This record gives sequence, structure tokens and C-alpha cells, in this order.
Amino acid sequence: MEIIKTDVAIVGAGGAGLRAAIALAEADPKLRIALVSKVYPMRSHTCAAEGGAAGVIKSDDSLDLHFNDTVGGGDWLCDQDAVEYFINEAPKELIQLEHWGCPWSREPNGSVAVRPFGGMKIKRTWFAADKSGFHILHTLFQTSLKYPSIQRFDEYYVTDLLVDDGRCQGFTALEIRSGEMRQFQAGAVIIAAGGAGRMFPFTTNGAIKTGDGMALAYRAGAPLKDMEFVQYHPTGLPNNGILLTEGCRGEGGILLNKHGRRYLQDYGMGPETPVGQPVLKTMELGPRDRLSQSFWHEQQKGNTVSTRWGDCVLLDMRHLGEKKINERLPFVRDLSISYLGMDPVKEPIPIRPVVHYCMGGIHTDIKAATPLPGLFAAGECACVSINGANRLGSNSLTELLVFGRRAALSAIDHLQSGLPASKDAVLAAQAQDSAGRIQALFDKNGGTESISGLRSEMMHTMEEGAGIYRTGEGLAATCEKLAELRQRYAGIEIHDKSRVYNTDLMQALELGSMLDCAEAAAVGARDRQESRGAHQRLDFTARDDQKFLKHSLAYYHPKEPARIEYLDVVITKSQPGVRDYSGAKK
Amino acid sequence: MSERQIQLEVLRYNPETDSEPRFQTYSVPCLNEWVVLDALNYVKDNLDTTLSYRWSCHMAVCGSCGMMVNGEPKLACKAFIHEYGDQIRVEPLANFPIERDLVTVVEDFIAKLASVKPYLIPKEDKPVSAGEFKQTPAQLLTFKQYTLCINCMLCYAACPQYGLVPEFIGPAAIALAHRYNQDSRDGGRDERQEVIASHEGVWECSFVGACSEVCPKHVDPAGALQQVKVASTIDWYKEHLMPWVKK
Repeated sequence: MEIIKTDVAIVGAGGAGLRAAIALAEADPKLRIALVSKVYPMRSHTCAAEGGAAGVIKSDDSLDLHFNDTVGGGDWLCDQDAVEYFINEAPKELIQLEHWGCPWSREPNGSVAVRPFGGMKIKRTWFAADKSGFHILHTLFQTSLKYPSIQRFDEYYVTDLLVDDGRCQGFTALEIRSGEMRQFQAGAVIIAAGGAGRMFPFTTNGAIKTGDGMALAYRAGAPLKDMEFVQYHPTGLPNNGILLTEGCRGEGGILLNKHGRRYLQDYGMGPETPVGQPVLKTMELGPRDRLSQSFWHEQQKGNTVSTRWGDCVLLDMRHLGEKKINERLPFVRDLSISYLGMDPVKEPIPIRPVVHYCMGGIHTDIKAATPLPGLFAAGECACVSINGANRLGSNSLTELLVFGRRAALSAIDHLQSGLPASKDAVLAAQAQDSAGRIQALFDKNGGTESISGLRSEMMHTMEEGAGIYRTGEGLAATCEKLAELRQRYAGIEIHDKSRVYNTDLMQALELGSMLDCAEAAAVGARDRQESRGAHQRLDFTARDDQKFLKHSLAYYHPKEPARIEYLDVVITKSQPGVRDYSGAKK
Repeated sequence: MSERQIQLEVLRYNPETDSEPRFQTYSVPCLNEWVVLDALNYVKDNLDTTLSYRWSCHMAVCGSCGMMVNGEPKLACKAFIHEYGDQIRVEPLANFPIERDLVTVVEDFIAKLASVKPYLIPKEDKPVSAGEFKQTPAQLLTFKQYTLCINCMLCYAACPQYGLVPEFIGPAAIALAHRYNQDSRDGGRDERQEVIASHEGVWECSFVGACSEVCPKHVDPAGALQQVKVASTIDWYKEHLMPWVKK
């Protein structure tokens, strides 16, 4: 097996992976950097983020305000030292991106423009029309081409981490094009491989968001943190889950039920604000968890609109006018017309909540380090945690940048800590084991399970039991089902026996990743007997700071369900309080 | 929801077992609102797990799923079934070598993209602590359109010149170079001109305009190419007829 020796190997080449690679290259041009991804960098799902990236830049804003919005938005499950680091670094990272050419939207005087976003008390979301993630990703990718020390391995699927002497020393990866295994030896590994939204049937996430990076770390012994917190974005197109950005509401779009009522006022986010004059942190600019939960209640009351794609509410943007929609929300208009046949300039758009983001992920400290020495993580696959129980829109694009860079700096510190030489024979043996597991999939005939069949059962049970509202009973059933599916996974068979670009094999490996992530999420949710942020239990309706002002840590077992431990949340200056999104007192 | 049985003719090629590509037809029950990608996913999930193709976002922004649909370069996620008859032929993107089934080898495109120095070469050095560069909405507008390229390569599949002269840098890469050249913050035009104003650069373009016609993001690479040609011509006159004028 070919061995590729590098100083730092990065898994994933989206926003966080690219930012880490650039930070490494800038810190020391002599570092050998391997940027390894199962897709070409510009295909990474960062490209689909629309609304923008939060960072304090305007004179009416302050770091304290960003801190308070983030911590309250996260229902006090955020680690406050991490949030503090994040908000401090955020403006620098966004300016850095501007210096690299990111085409941010501008004010008439040429300074960067900001827009309102849900749960934010001040306008602080930098945006590039409604393709912010796309522009961030392409700016980073194009900038990365400046640095010859960043060696890309495009379309390589990482299969296992190599761990010896108590530290991560690389990984094995399958070159998708040839089907050949490679061994990557690295002083440090950074995982930046995105979320796992694809474990649900209805999601804004692209096909590649299968939790591979999370599963890699998890199987190697690093715990997954707060996996039970899954964000539903309130406004997805009902037929295919395509995201309509929160910017729609930031610019003044309103949500209506079938009676034409702005129903958010009935769920603690009123009183109603004038149409077309959005008021920050109230009504349509409430946080995503509250908005998605309100939809569920409207559905229970029969107030939703029946469509051929199921129950919906209406996102009305007509009053914004064609000019503003074209300038600020051109992609939203294009997507609505193309995929739903409806023009937001002319009619309200039916929408419903859709799985969007994993707040949970690989447990890291404030320096992006996992408990496994030599292993670092950043972006959606990681849980620092700045997002707590509910991420505020536009914090995650900034998070990619801040913690992508942070992971790179930590990796350098690790390299400089004087690492003992690797035992090549031990790593080679592990790599052979990993290759053997792939070979066994090829060799197996007469499988009893289909990949698409198991996948759809997994998605179904996640939606049934671990959706917007959950119960102990439903979660127990989902946990049981997932345990069964993990067992049955052993019965799958790869029908495609070709080595070259074998997507049958890819889908089998991705399903394995998702099943592990899904089980961690379901077990975490079952055991968290409270309601907080995006985790809402019908049988434990209140937040319980006594018992659960804690992060959950899920530890992997190949055959048994995840083992859950708890870790105290870091509170520095904001004691848990009431999340108030009513406009009444303001 | 109305359903229609589509005969999906898909080019298949496995370099390990096939001496040449062949077509395989799948009968797929399609909803009218589906896109061709949905039909392919139906095949993959229900009929034939060995079919290989790239896709991810399903919303025309990741650029993965470019392929020929009834002979035209399209994003499979934006090629609507209702715009086609009952028979739809799907092939890998033209002008690229086939890797496997609908998957093409794209290294050439990636290398060309990198060759034009598609990154900001700042006019002036400015530390992050000094804040952002100012750029008015009007200045942004001069290049904004060219930032919208998703690297889907449909324009390369449509470009007759790229088909004939593989050295041609091609529409998307030149449009991207032009994007940075037009950026008010950039000072790197001279460096990029060495690549794009060369024989393999803009002068290879025969201005058929097919690139702009197939672009799913309305980037108009043909327009960028013409602007680069004009600018290069002016450079040439300045250099040769008015050597006393500095560019």
C-alpha cells in the first residue's frame, strides 16, 4: 500500500478544511499539508449556505451583544469561553476573507453591508447576496491555490484513523477513482468533514452530508458531544427540502398560516410587527428552534395549509417587491420558480421545517482539540460548543473560519511538542486491517440487506422518533430500531465489484457512518429528559438546569448502543435565564 | 401527482470490463416535477446499484452533476422531466474522458482553473487590523456576474474549440481570471494576462457563444472572453505602437 507522509492531514475540504489548510500554509511554508476530501473542494456543502456569516463590525454593535445572542440562542448549552473566543475572532476572519476577495454585498459608501438574522439583536450578518456560503467556499478554494504546500487529494474517502501510542497518526483512505487504498501518515489530523443531516429523510443537506468525519473520530474513541441537538430550519421548500434562507425573513418576509394569520405571535414571539418592517429578535426574526416548533403546533391545531407535498405554512415576500428580491434574494427566487414553479414576487411560497444542521459533533475543547491527542476537528462535524442547544443562523459560516484556523494552530503546537517517531510496522498493520475490511465487502456474496432499504428505514425511524418533538416512548423505539439496523448492516452486499469509481461501495460506507451517528443522537435524546433548544420532549417539557445543564458525550461500541456520559457546561458570565423573543418589553 | 414512465437511456462504461461504452435503458416511473437526477437516484436505489454518477446538493450550486441530457450539457438536478418526452438519453459531459458511466475525468479543468491565478493579488498590502477594503456596489457590479461560476464545466462540454484544441484554457477559467482582473481590490492583471492573453488563452476562442448559452448560472463567459480580447488588443497597441505609454 502506498504511504503518503505529511505533517498535517485534513479530512474534508469545505470551508473549515480549506481555512485550516491556508492557516497551516501561511504559518509555515515548509509544512507538508494533505487536504483529503471525498469530493472536489467546491462541491463541499459549504456552497449551499445562503444567508451569511455573523461578526461584529458596525459601530452600533458590540462583542457582548453577539455573546448574549449566541448563548441565549443556544439555550445556555454553549461553552461560554468558546463563544467568547469565537465572537472575538469572528470580525478578523470575515475581514480576512474580504482581503482574499470574497464578494461581500456592500453599503453605498463601499463598506461591508450587514443584514438582520434570526435571534440576533443587532444586524451583524455579512452576506454575499443569498449565496454567502458559495462565495466563502470558492474564495477559500481559489485562495488555497496560491499555496504550493497544500497538496490536495480530491475524491479520496477516508476509511479509518490510525491510532498508536495513544495518539492519532494518520488514516487510511480509498482513492475513489482507482479503488486503491492509501496510508496517510501525519503528525496531526484535522477532521473538517461536515454534518450528518442525511440520516433524516427531509433535509437541506446534500448527498455528501453523511457524518463520515464524525464516525471516524467516534470509532477511534473520541466521543460525540450533544448529538441529540439537530436543527430544523423553518423554511424549506416542501417538495425537496431546498433551503430558503433566513435572509428571506431578515429582509422582511412574513410567515402565515392558512387563515392568513402571522401565527408566531401566538407562540411568545409577538406582538405582531408591521409588515415589511422586521423587528430584530422577535416574530419572524425569532430563533430557528422556536419557529420550527411553532409550525408543529400549528399543524396539530389544523392551521397549516394542505399541499400535495404535505402540510405547510406560507412565506410571504411579495411586499418586498421585485427589485429588492432580485438584489438581495435572487437565488431564493430562482429556486422557488425552478423547483416549485412559484414566484415569490407574485405569490406566497409554501414551506415547512427541514433538517438543516447538527449542533452536536466530535467533542473538542476551545482549541479545537479532541480528547484523542493528535486529532483536531472543526466545522459542523465538531462540537466546540458555540452553538449549544440551538445554533443561531449565520454563526456557522463564521465558525468554519474561526475554528478551522484554530485547529490549524493547535495542530502546529502538537507537531512542535516533540512527537516520538511513528512505528511504521504498527501503522502498516492497522492500514492492512482497514484495507481488509473493504476487501471483505467486495468478497461478500449473497447479502440479505439492501443499502437503500436500510437507509430508508434509518431515515424513517429518525423522523418518527427524533424529529421536532420527541417522547421517551418514541425515542426508545427509535433506539431499538437503530440497534437492529446496525446489526442488519452486517448483511449488506456490494453488487458493484468494480474498483473504479464504485459508488455502491461509497454508499455502503456512508450508510455505516450515518447509522453510528444516528444511534448516538437517538440515545442522547432518549437520555436527555428535559426540553432545551432544538431538543423538545413532550414528556419532559421544561428545561432542567439541575440535571441537564450538561453536554452529553456518546462513546462508541461496535456492537452495543452508545454509552452516554455528561460534562458540565462552561459558564463564565451568563447564568441560565429565560429566552425572551417577545417584542413586548422592547 | 402525475406520474410518467420514462425510458432512461444511460451511457454505461466500466473500464475494467468494457472495451467501449454502451447504452443501458431503465424504465423509471417519474413524477412530473422530478429532475433527471431524481430519475437516476431512482435507478440507483431501486433498479441497479452499479450505476455511477456524481451529485450532491440537488439545488444547482455544487456543480457536481453536469452531464449530457439528450445531447445538451445540463445539470441533472436542474433538467426537469416535464421538459422532455418519454425517452431521455443521459451521457457523461462531452469533451472530457469518461472515467466510469457518467463520471468524467476533470483534472484538466482543475489544472486550467488553477493556472489563471484565480485569487486576489492585492493592489496594496493591508493588514487585517486595518479593516476592510472599500468597494462600492457599482464596483462590485463590474465583476459580480463572473463570481457566480459553480465550476460545473457545462461550458467546456459546449465549447467547440475546447473539443478541437484541448490546450484551450476555456470559458470558465478565463471568466474567473477576468473576475479578479475587474475587481477594484486587485492588482494582478499583468500576471494573469501572461496566461490568458496567450495563444491557448482568449485567442483560441472562436466566439460561438455556446458557453454562455448553456451556463446554468448566467455567468456569460463569452462576454468575459470578448472583454479580455479587447483589453489584450489595447495592451498590444500600447506596447507596440505607443511604447511611451505605460499600461
